[in-house]
Amino acid sequence: MPNVLETELDQLRERVLFMGDQSEEAIKLATRALIEHDHDLAERVISGDDRIDALELEIEWSCIRILARWSPEARDLRFVMTVNRLIPILERIADHACNLAHATLAIGRKPLLKPGTDLPKMSRMVREMLRTALDAFAASDAAAARTVIERDEEVDRLYDRVFHDLLDRMTHDSAVTAHAARLLLVAKHLERIGDYVTDICEQVVYLKEARVIKHQRLQNRENQ
Amino acid sequence: MTEPRRTPLNTPPTLQPRVSEPVETKIEVEGLDFYYGQTQALFGINMQIPEQRVTSLIGPSGCGKSTLLRTFNRMNDTIIGARAEGVIEIDGENILVPDTDVVSLRQKVGMVFQRSNPFPKSIYENVAYGLRVNRLTRSKVELDERVEASLRDAAIWDEVKDRLHGPALSLSGGQQQRICIARALAIQPEILLMDEPAAALDPLATQKIEELIHKLRERYTIVIVTHNLQQAARVADFTAFFLLGHLVEFGGTDRIFTSPGDERTEDYITGRFG
Repeated sequence: MPNVLETELDQLRERVLFMGDQSEEAIKLATRALIEHDHDLAERVISGDDRIDALELEIEWSCIRILARWSPEARDLRFVMTVNRLIPILERIADHACNLAHATLAIGRKPLLKPGTDLPKMSRMVREMLRTALDAFAASDAAAARTVIERDEEVDRLYDRVFHDLLDRMTHDSAVTAHAARLLLVAKHLERIGDYVTDICEQVVYLKEARVIKHQRLQNRENQ
Repeated sequence: MTEPRRTPLNTPPTLQPRVSEPVETKIEVEGLDFYYGQTQALFGINMQIPEQRVTSLIGPSGCGKSTLLRTFNRMNDTIIGARAEGVIEIDGENILVPDTDVVSLRQKVGMVFQRSNPFPKSIYENVAYGLRVNRLTRSKVELDERVEASLRDAAIWDEVKDRLHGPALSLSGGQQQRICIARALAIQPEILLMDEPAAALDPLATQKIEELIHKLRERYTIVIVTHNLQQAARVADFTAFFLLGHLVEFGGTDRIFTSPGDERTEDYITGRFG
């Protein structure tokens, strides 16, 4: 009964994309709250996390249900497996957005120090990556997913720069150590989001090509 | 570049549940015992079959599922020594009482069998037969309309519309089965009983029957007996598991196939026995 199954898989896809949108929005709002010292907004991001957690549970149940009832095969099976792996990743991304919001509350009204321009840039980069990754998932576009994986290096480089900048500030001004350490954590959260987006893209490659590209070094060693 | 995914969603898309609540009960079975002579085949069955949903009856051979199905339109009456005790209410009326009008009961409760059994007549006559016998149409035009509507409902109109007066027996097994479904639908039943309707069909024909069942559930209450567990999982909203004449478990198909409450159900659907 492919038509009914296809309808259910389409609904599942839409639901994952909706969850992805919510996670992306959470990063955006958390970053704005950080820059604008908007504590109400930060609180909203934190309270909105429950909704994303609920989406994860709902979609996970749908995956179980589809596996039990349809015994999907080949690309349909890969699709359900991919969805089942994507949703905890999206949930963790939203958790990091939440952590950004918590950091905003802890930072209070203190300035963002020098990396004040780099942190929004990092946030923008990971959000763009996430959007492209979700587009790639929606279109089963492995090539697009691979371009996102490459972009993660830019995020890592930016993180290194922020790290050294903040380390430099801490070294030269002990009064800002605690504040700089919090900003360091903010940068780390954004860097981790980049890593998670990479994981999403690896799943998109699996979805399209049935190839597992994670743990590449391990696989190369086995191939040798 | 990937294509734009879509505009941002303002409202969340929802996953359509296979079972939307609430559902009305169409068939209520209370304390049903069934006997073939001295042999008891069903023991104290209690269940409520919901309206406009697909309910599958599953279980190993001899568990009583076909016997139960056949009590819903009193098909077992033709078996010498067979008797049912208890209550089966359809729309609130006990169909087991002696003065039940079995002919009108069978108009209301149609049946499709494992082996397609078209009459050795034309496709048209097969579908028109019940309408004629029961004088359910007043004119040739109305009869034609009902035949066409039934064939459309059975998703076979496009395949046979150019040869309506050709022999039904010249059709493939899957097409014959859909003609039989059209024949059952023609007299506008409210309930459709299906006894392994796809057991004798190839995978493609089976798929068409399953798609048809999925479509028909919007208008009919369907009860299906199947040995094919995956078929039950695919088509049914509710599933009942029978063992040795007892109803072991009855519930939403999602639950039965993901977390059955009874170990015997779990053993059966995971292939441990049966």
